[in-house]
Order: sequence, then structure tokens, then C-alpha cells
Amino acid sequence: MSELIVPALLETLYMVFFSTIFSLIIGLPLGILLVITEKGGIWEKSMLNQTLSGIINVLRSFPFIILMILLFPLSRLIVGSTIGTKATIVPLSIAAAPFVARIIESALKEVDRGVVEASLSMGATIPQIVFKVLIPESMPSLVMGITLTIINLIGYSAMAGAIGGGGLGDLAIRYGLYRFQTDIMIVSVTIIIVLVQGIQLIGNKIAVSINKK
Amino acid sequence: MLIRVENLSKVYKNNNEEVYALKNINLEINSGEIFGIIGLSGAGKSTLIRCLNRLEEPTEGKIFIDDTEITNLNKKDLRNIRSEIGMIFQHFNLLSSKNVYENIAFPLELEGKNKKEINERVKTLLRYVDLEDKKLSYPSQLSGGQKQRVAIARALANNPKLLLSDEGTSALDPKTTKSILQLLNRIRKEFGLTIVLITHQMEVIKDICDRVAIIENGEIIELDTVEEVFANPKTKTASEFVSNLKTNIEEEIKYEKKPESKLVRLGFLGENSKKPIVSNMIKNFDIDVNILSGNINELMTTSIGNLTVELLGKDEEIDRAIQWLTKENIRLEVI
Ligand SMILES: Nc1ncnc2c1ncn2[C@@H]1O[C@H](COP(=O)(O)OP(=O)(O)OP(=O)(O)O)[C@@H](O)[C@H]1O
Ligand SMILES: [Mg+2]
Repeated sequence: MSELIVPALLETLYMVFFSTIFSLIIGLPLGILLVITEKGGIWEKSMLNQTLSGIINVLRSFPFIILMILLFPLSRLIVGSTIGTKATIVPLSIAAAPFVARIIESALKEVDRGVVEASLSMGATIPQIVFKVLIPESMPSLVMGITLTIINLIGYSAMAGAIGGGGLGDLAIRYGLYRFQTDIMIVSVTIIIVLVQGIQLIGNKIAVSINKK
Repeated sequence: MLIRVENLSKVYKNNNEEVYALKNINLEINSGEIFGIIGLSGAGKSTLIRCLNRLEEPTEGKIFIDDTEITNLNKKDLRNIRSEIGMIFQHFNLLSSKNVYENIAFPLELEGKNKKEINERVKTLLRYVDLEDKKLSYPSQLSGGQKQRVAIARALANNPKLLLSDEGTSALDPKTTKSILQLLNRIRKEFGLTIVLITHQMEVIKDICDRVAIIENGEIIELDTVEEVFANPKTKTASEFVSNLKTNIEEEIKYEKKPESKLVRLGFLGENSKKPIVSNMIKNFDIDVNILSGNINELMTTSIGNLTVELLGKDEEIDRAIQWLTKENIRLEVI
């Protein structure tokens, strides 16, 4: 059994790892933009803010499976295929990015307005405020948000398995559902649960240890 | 002269409703003075002080600091001048993720100073505000007074010539307030800094300000030296602020008006408070003096005494005594 489980686990970890990275690369700047361009923000741009917010909302309303199918062409363009672990990373990242943007937004918004003002009064530039004030000050919330993103992506990646993405979800469906090998399904699901619990635990630990409030 | 404010107005637009937070403010603040701005909640104090470094954009008017027109600067020049103006706040606004040392180093880091320079400057400042033993603590581990000392050190880091305080002592207890005010006064003396502070506490004005502006509904209704405002408040709001400070004993005296007597309140300013006025009065005139209440307010530069006394004697003798008191430059009010 382990010759089935181990590769599937590695595929899941691979998908989750890279889609977390890519969704952060897309979502982090968007989240920052949402915060600084809002009304009363340090770089007020109402039009940009509303447009961005609109797009993010639309993307977030798509059910993941549909988004994934819609993004097949994009996967083909980027990785040259629509099935397999690598191909799945594309829709996973794009599906998670708007979620990440909102999570980053709400974390950054928790930063005390007064601290931002104090930095402005010292002559800080907008990038300085973003990187030296907003992000460090909201680090515990950001860590919790990233933890949540990873956990969501584990869930998504299991779903992606259903349409040929590989990984533990794929294994559970192929063996458990179609071939009635319940034991493989149980082991796959258990590993997913352990993964989720473990990541939550680690995330909480880190967030607590860096919180100076 | 250091700061000049000309015809400054600020209008907030809230869904088609206009709020005039400041109306046509004119003001000059001298180099090296501690200038207080006092007013009730919503009077426009914060708006005014925040216009000085353009944390708030004025709607109209001009502000000059040392002949630089602040209201005219582009973003980059504004940032440069801001780094030369220190500011402290009611709620300290320290970075919670940085320790004391890092907080004080922060403005220097923004300026791109090198590590060695930063280290030396921060050490000097830590010593100055007496927080060397707390340099590795985080703001959440400090008391309010310690947090404000960190904020003051941070505000001084770039050697500003102007320090703005937006209710810098309002979140502190009276004893801590005194110690912070003492620190501000020391800073002014040692660095020749100009300080503009806003407050709603007359205590603060009394303790360290040279001059004070009283602001109400966005307008300056009174502006003078602290002594003058204490001795001769011209507006009702000013007298209320001043009388809030005086012990309110007068109201407690149940005074029954007796024949052949007058109740007067005497105000002594500066030198006068050291003369033996009352005993001279008793020697020179055929009256008796009954002291009902008294207090002394120590201002920055002088002291103001208030004495409520009952003068007993013949009407004409009392009148002569009153005339003599007036000649002696004693402020006098017959109650
Ligand atoms: N951002 C804003 N939008 C709309 N109105 C505002 C804004 N900021 C202040 N005001 C209004 O401007 C007026 C002056 O406010 P300001 O904060 O300057 O008062 P203040 O004297 O500092 O009061 P406090 O002692 O309560 O701090 C108030 O009527 C307030 O409601
Ligand atoms: Mg205020």
C-alpha cells in the first residue's frame, strides 16, 4: 500500500507547496494594494480599489471545480498539459490568490491607524510604510492567514484529484470510490487530516511566538 | 519667528455636509517657546496641529515654518521637512512588533543612517529619557509614562527643531503627566526646541507653556501669555478653564452678607504675591480683614495668587482700602 500512498503524499505536498507560493506571489501585492488604495489609505485610489475588489469578488464566487475547468487552457499554455500535478498548480494558485488577497487585506487592516500616522509624521515613504510598518506589525495575523491558505489548498488539491490532478485526493477517489478499496481511502483521508492538524498546530505556534502585543 | 499660520481653514466634507473644523486661523509661534493650544473636545485642536506637518491637508491658507511654505511643498520635500519635525501622540503610537531600541532607531532607519550612527544616537537618547534598562522591552511591557518617553526619544532622534504634541499627556495619570512635562521642558531648555502642544487640561498649560491659544468651534478666541490669560481671562471659555484649576472653595463658603463689610477677591501676579499687602492694608486703614480662601498657581515664569477676603469696617474706610489696593496693582473684584 505504501508504494501507492507515498508518491501520492509527495504529489499533494508538491501541489500544496507550490500553489501556496504562487498564490502568495499573486495575492500578497493585491492585498497590499487593497489596503493602501482604500478611502483614507496611504495611497488613496478609489477607482483602482473598487475595480480590484470587484474582480476579487467575482473570482471568489466561482466554485473551484468550475474555475479549474475554465483554467485548463491557461494550464496548457503554462505547463503544456491539463492533467497531472504540475498542471493542477496553475488553477490552484489562481483559485487561492483572491482568497489570499482578502486574508492579507484583513490582516494589514488590523494595524493601528495611529502607528501609520506616526510613521508618516517621521517622513516615511509609502513602500517604507508597507514593508517596515504594515507587514511587520501584522505578522502574527499574516501567519495565521497563510496557515489558513495552506489548509484550504490541501482541501482544494484533494478536490483537484477528482479531475486528474494526482495526490492523495486522487488516490482516495480512484481506489476507495471506484475500486472499493476502503482501506486506501481511509489511509489517504487520515493522512490529509493529520496534515491539516499539523499545519494548524505549527501555524498557531509560530503566530503566538512572534506576537509581541 | 518660527511658525506662521495665515488664514488657515479646514473643511471636512461628509456626505454633502460641510464641517468647518478650522476657520481662518492666524497664528505666530516663536522659536524656542512652548506654545499651548487648549480647547474642548471637537474644538479643532488636533486638526490644527496636524495641519502643521500636513498630516491633514488645509483647505485654505498658508503655513510657514522658518520661511518654508509648508502648504506649498511637493510630496518629497514634505517628507524631508517632516523628518525634521518630531511628533508625539496621546496613544504613543509605538510599533508593537519592535522593542524600545528598535522603535527609537526607526526614524533613523527611515533616513537610511548606518548601523553605527544609529547605535550611537539611540544610546544617547535612551540615556536621555532614562530607559537604558528597558531597551530590549516591547511596548506592551511598558507603562504609559515609559511608552511616552520612548515616543519622545523617537521624536527627537532626527534632531528636530520643532516638536508637536497631540494630547501627549492626556492618557497619563497626574504624576506621570508632571514627569513628562518636566522632560519636555528640559528638552526645550537643552536643545532650544520649539514645542507646540495641544491639550484640554489647563494644568498642562499652567505647568510648561509660555503662551496659549484658546480654540473654540474652529476659531482662536483668545491668545496671550499664560500669565495674562490666568490673570485676565477675557472670554467665558478662558475663565472656565482658569477657574477649573482654582480650588472651588468660594462656592462652598456660605457667606452671609453682614452690614459694614465687603467680600472681595484679590489677584496677585508675580512680584506682588511676595509683598505683605494684607498686613499693610490692616496697618494703613481702620478695617479688619477676614481671610476666607486662597490659593497660588505656579506658572512657568511666575506665580498667580488668589485670595478671597472679607473686609470689615466703615464703608468709606473700606472704599479707601480698595482704592489703595487698585493703586498697588492688585487685581480686585468685589463680590
Ligand atoms: N476626518 C474627519 N472627517 C470629518 N470631520 C472631522 C474629521 N476629523 C475631525 N472632524 C471634525 O472636526 C472637528 C474638530 O475635530 P478635532 O479632532 O480637531 O477636535 P479636537 O479639538 O482635537 O477634539 P478632541 O479633544 O476630542 O481630540 C470636529 O467637529 C470633528 O467632528
Ligand atoms: Mg484631538
